[in-house]
Amino acid sequence: MADLVEAIELTRYFEMGKNQRVHAVDKVTLSIGEKEIVGLVGESGSGKSTFGKTVVGLHAKTSGTVKYRGEVLPQKYQPADFQRFATKMQMIFQDPYSSLNPRMTVGEIIAEGIRLHPELSAADIKQRVAEWLQRVGLQANHMSRYPHEFSGGQRQRIGIARALILEPEFVVCDEPISALDVSVQAQVINLLGELKDKMGLTLLFIAHDLSMVRYVSDRMAVMYLGSLVEIGKSDEVYFDPKHPYTEVLIGSNPEPDPQLERSRPSTAIQGEIPSPVNVPAGCRFANRCPKVMDRCGIETPELIALKTIDRQVACHLYS
Amino acid sequence: MSETALAKDTAPVLLEVENLAVEFDTYGGIVKAVRGVDFKVDHGETLAIVGESGCGKSVTVQAMMGLIPMPPGRITSGSARLRGSEVLGRNRLNSKEIRGAEIGMIFQDPMTSLNPTMTIGDQIAEPLQVHKGYSYRQAFNEAIRLLGISKIPEAARRAKQYPFEFSGGMLQRAMIAMAISCKPSILIADEPTTALDVTIQAQILDLMQDLQKETGMAIILITHDLGVVARMADEVAVMYAGKIVEHGSVDDVFYRSAHPYTLGLKKAMPTNDPSLQHKLLPIEGSPPDLFAPPPGCGYCARCPYAMQLCNVRHPDDFFLKETHFSRCWLHHADSPNKPQELYFRDKE
Repeated sequence: MADLVEAIELTRYFEMGKNQRVHAVDKVTLSIGEKEIVGLVGESGSGKSTFGKTVVGLHAKTSGTVKYRGEVLPQKYQPADFQRFATKMQMIFQDPYSSLNPRMTVGEIIAEGIRLHPELSAADIKQRVAEWLQRVGLQANHMSRYPHEFSGGQRQRIGIARALILEPEFVVCDEPISALDVSVQAQVINLLGELKDKMGLTLLFIAHDLSMVRYVSDRMAVMYLGSLVEIGKSDEVYFDPKHPYTEVLIGSNPEPDPQLERSRPSTAIQGEIPSPVNVPAGCRFANRCPKVMDRCGIETPELIALKTIDRQVACHLYS
Repeated sequence: MSETALAKDTAPVLLEVENLAVEFDTYGGIVKAVRGVDFKVDHGETLAIVGESGCGKSVTVQAMMGLIPMPPGRITSGSARLRGSEVLGRNRLNSKEIRGAEIGMIFQDPMTSLNPTMTIGDQIAEPLQVHKGYSYRQAFNEAIRLLGISKIPEAARRAKQYPFEFSGGMLQRAMIAMAISCKPSILIADEPTTALDVTIQAQILDLMQDLQKETGMAIILITHDLGVVARMADEVAVMYAGKIVEHGSVDDVFYRSAHPYTLGLKKAMPTNDPSLQHKLLPIEGSPPDLFAPPPGCGYCARCPYAMQLCNVRHPDDFFLKETHFSRCWLHHADSPNKPQELYFRDKE
């Protein structure tokens, strides 16, 4: 599989004044193959949303590069860049309540991107919007309604239509289902899967629901405090985690199976994710790691490929 | 063990809710949010109330706690008896003896449920002063001890801090400290971990279980996460459109699901059995409009097995065994259809 999107040592810091900066994303290297779904998991504050937004250009890059089909994308997007890349890369946002402008009709929201294409007439645009409303399971006459008239699941469908009407190749889905009920989550996931197959989309699927990420994605990348700790095939990472953090994360994920839950010991670990302002030296997970060693506090482990299986892990246990 | 079992037989159940119904007046009409809910919970037990947003699970417990603003809310029927004495419909003063003292509650969003202008210690001390008549100093020292029990490091320093200085997980611990301050016999947890990460969720769930073991309090856990239910619950009540549709022990509800809605929820979730690559089966459609609830089963519009009868008559309680019931007409002896995937009484 040729790589469609490549992030190379991508870094995004936020300045906080007084020489303080938030290390939101720190030298993350991740490539996404064509028509692949890569799941990005991690706790809140691990920088997974910032990574997604930086990849599509919603945040300027502090350093590092993003390549799209081998072409290096601008460090900071100008309006013309957005217009150029919007047809290739799109984003679906987490909160279907705050990501739709309440003062625009659904038709206006969905058509906003496509209206920038001067070759389309108003009637064409309207027809395309109507088509897309139906494709995402809504009705064409919903066009004139406002977002508040829709439920959370329906709004997420509107967000999907807005992102996909430009027929992009690459879509970042930033926690697209975490605000939805279980029964509706499945509807949205199946819709995304169906559209992915039809349009040949490549997805970066950001979520914290591990079971869902395993279900959805081909490969899984685990992020902790701004850097990647493990990358591998979703099923393999889920059932055979190598990094101690991945192990903890998967062990903490309660499964809908009472007998299993009773039989397995609690894997809760102490402590919380440290502040990304004062990033600890050495391995970032060292202060919470159950398998911590002396060198973890001094040397930062690099993401290395394991010899025996197809997996990349950043942990001294394997170096 | 046998002693407590004997005591249970003679003493009234800790909390028994019967036929609770709550309505709200809105501009659009009357919303029948809870339409007749029964359950009971005893010492040391954990009851999970599961359902989608809008199914009435939060309103049910808020009604018990006297937290429903009236108007626009109204408790139209039902009773909730704590050790045999009625707690619904008491006036404000009496409800204070219950709320916070007998029943503690923790809420979904710890960031907005605490007072941002009071220190954490003062907020935990407040119920102790109100319910136990402690002096401020006594109450504040007790607050520090409670923060320690809830595993907050450096409790004495932390007690003097404000909510914005705490992380989400720490705030939830502080809320638990507050809820257990007066040694309640029931802890109601309304989506306690929904806003938290899985690693922090595991810590909070462990803390709740440890406290339950120590104090023997009952926990009513409201959640939509079947994983959390599987980890925590003894008993499960599945709610849909303001009614309980299935109730039983956690094993009965998970392994012997007897209501199509319970089954639908299970099939909509990814399973983590590596040998099983099933497709997610969403429940099509959306819950019914509670302005005009359907006369029959609330789920029938989305149910793959719906029969004509389901549209017109609300199903009776069909008991699969003494402690497990499903409200679904498929369990009627004359039902023509007995889907394989559902559990029936004669199936073994």
